[in-house]
Amino acid sequence: MTNIAAAACSSAETAAQLPTRLAKGFVDRLVIIIPYLWLLFFFLVPFIIVFKISLSQTAISMPPYTPVLDFGDGISGLFAGFRELNFDNYTWLTQDALYFNAYVTSLIIAGISTVLTLIVGYPIAYGMARAPATIRPTLLMLVILPFWTSFLIRVYAWIGILKPEGLLNQVLLATGLISQPLVILNTYTAIFIGIVYSYLPFMVLPLYSSLEKMDYSLIEAAQDLGCPPIGAFWKITFPLSLPGVIAGCLLVFIPAVGEFVIPDLLGGSQTLMIGKTLWNEFFANRDWPVSSAVAVILLLVLTVPIMFFQQAQAKAQEQGK
Amino acid sequence: MKSLGSIRRDFAPWNDPSAKPYIQFDKVTKKFGDFTAVNNLSLTIFEREFFALLGASGCGKSTLLRMLAGFEEPTAGRILLDGQDLRGIPPYKRPVNMMFQSYALFPHMTVEKNIAFGLKQEGMPAPDIEKRVAEMLRLVKLEQFAKRKPHQLSGGQRQRVALARSVAKRPKVLLLDEPLGALDKKLREETQFELMDLQQELGLTFVVVTHDQEEAMTMADRIAIMDKGEVMQVATPAEIYEAPTSRFVAHFVGNVNMFEGKVAERAANTTRITGATGAQIVVENAADTAKGADIVFAIRPEKIKVSSRKPADAVNALEGEVYDVAYLGDMTVYHIKLDDGQMVRASALNAARVSEDPLTWNDRAWVSFRPDAGVVLTR
Repeated sequence: MTNIAAAACSSAETAAQLPTRLAKGFVDRLVIIIPYLWLLFFFLVPFIIVFKISLSQTAISMPPYTPVLDFGDGISGLFAGFRELNFDNYTWLTQDALYFNAYVTSLIIAGISTVLTLIVGYPIAYGMARAPATIRPTLLMLVILPFWTSFLIRVYAWIGILKPEGLLNQVLLATGLISQPLVILNTYTAIFIGIVYSYLPFMVLPLYSSLEKMDYSLIEAAQDLGCPPIGAFWKITFPLSLPGVIAGCLLVFIPAVGEFVIPDLLGGSQTLMIGKTLWNEFFANRDWPVSSAVAVILLLVLTVPIMFFQQAQAKAQEQGK
Repeated sequence: MKSLGSIRRDFAPWNDPSAKPYIQFDKVTKKFGDFTAVNNLSLTIFEREFFALLGASGCGKSTLLRMLAGFEEPTAGRILLDGQDLRGIPPYKRPVNMMFQSYALFPHMTVEKNIAFGLKQEGMPAPDIEKRVAEMLRLVKLEQFAKRKPHQLSGGQRQRVALARSVAKRPKVLLLDEPLGALDKKLREETQFELMDLQQELGLTFVVVTHDQEEAMTMADRIAIMDKGEVMQVATPAEIYEAPTSRFVAHFVGNVNMFEGKVAERAANTTRITGATGAQIVVENAADTAKGADIVFAIRPEKIKVSSRKPADAVNALEGEVYDVAYLGDMTVYHIKLDDGQMVRASALNAARVSEDPLTWNDRAWVSFRPDAGVVLTR
């Protein structure tokens, strides 16, 4: 008797639980769906639009390209529009050396800047991670602080510092270290300074987080086993901070390749970088299709190697486990 | 033969006035800001000794070990190793190795590379390193795990890797900071004996820091009991247990009954003590106490006999009532409330399966003990 009652009770319970469980499953899925929707609307859709424009031809009209796919023309009109699309713009990119040179220069400048940022950022992150726990939040705050001012204003400020009659030259001349003002503004040096300065927090923060969670007793163990401090750094600290190094380098390198503001303001007119080329095509030449093609290629140049790299890393991690 | 010697019968350099000390802490003080971690401490450790620093957390035992390893410099005093003053010698140049409490295994290196790390620093030729690493792996029975990374090992295996890594360089002294702290009870007991075997086999001097008295008692030749940066007593495990010199040590190691009292009468061999609550106790070993002095009589629970009738021949017999009985299998623990209010803990080994005279709650009972069963403490 009691058994039957218990059984009835339990089945009633499951019946009552079922809808809540379904609802829970739905909520769980919703949580995953939201970021995917975000990526779909704000990344994939814009990319498809840009890609479509890159297959169009430039025209003097509004918008400045043809064909404009119009859903009002019906299916046949849409197909007719699709048939007009072609890869002429991509062929064009290969025919003019300007684009190739711009890509290569951008990659080289971004690469050198990334290395410089790493060299400057690593000691900062290391110092922060080894600082007393009580002052670490303050140091972190100081690294983030520049973000509270407009990026553009900070780059403009560097013009004031670097120009021939600027702050840096005045100080150096006054102290007698140089007799002639240094020409820094409108050179690649100025671009490096600008990029290193602007992207330093993106390097310091991931480095700091990987160095901060490292167990200091590992260093003590290395020293205990006869390894002097510098050796311990290269054999223990640096290899263990590699994830932070990689994350920081990607965070600096990727935006630096497409950087437009810094080369434009600090590098002067003769610098050839892909971000500037893209801007020129878009605003000066009003050639939306070619600039879209430049953007699509830039995306490929950046994402394909990164994807391969991440895959290799995941595989290495898999083997480690 | 009456003795409170060491377990290793032929090893007692601390009793030999001509023996040369190997490690010497000479009036060492270490301060961290206002906090004094180690206070004017002197201590001598001999070669091939298995020495334990035992104390509660914050007593300064780890600081002492870290000073020996070179991670901290003493604020005052000297530390000598084999006659050499260690001041100013960085950790990577000291002939001591440490096994860390957290093991501190290098997570990006395999077991093999972890063990080889110290040897590579020494500049040992590669074939020799390979041989030594293989030998170490065999010693800690981890041959088949050579290519694993630390995170692929169990806690016990990691402990072995840490041990192999720290003895691979054949240091003069091996420092072990809570070496078994992270292991479960059963593994800990097994490992205690393995550590002792290893120490014998390699002939090294071991200095181990622990808060676990059982661990210290099991492994060490001598134990230093520490409190608030000072050494309370240095002695063999048996001496620490049977002849503590202070209330702190008596309380810290094992269970103990304390009778507060005054010296009432002194005779040639025996001293009569009047307890604060009126109990009369006769003891043998209270040599250096004056009549009327305030003392404490400390006696271990297993030295006290419990019976339902007053034992005929007992010198010391006190009457009371059974307050609590705990049957633990191998032994039974009685809590007897004496008629004067004092609570006494007594334990009896259950040597026979069936007891003839079982005591239970609220029974009248007598506790009795021999005059030499306890110690008289003055501090």
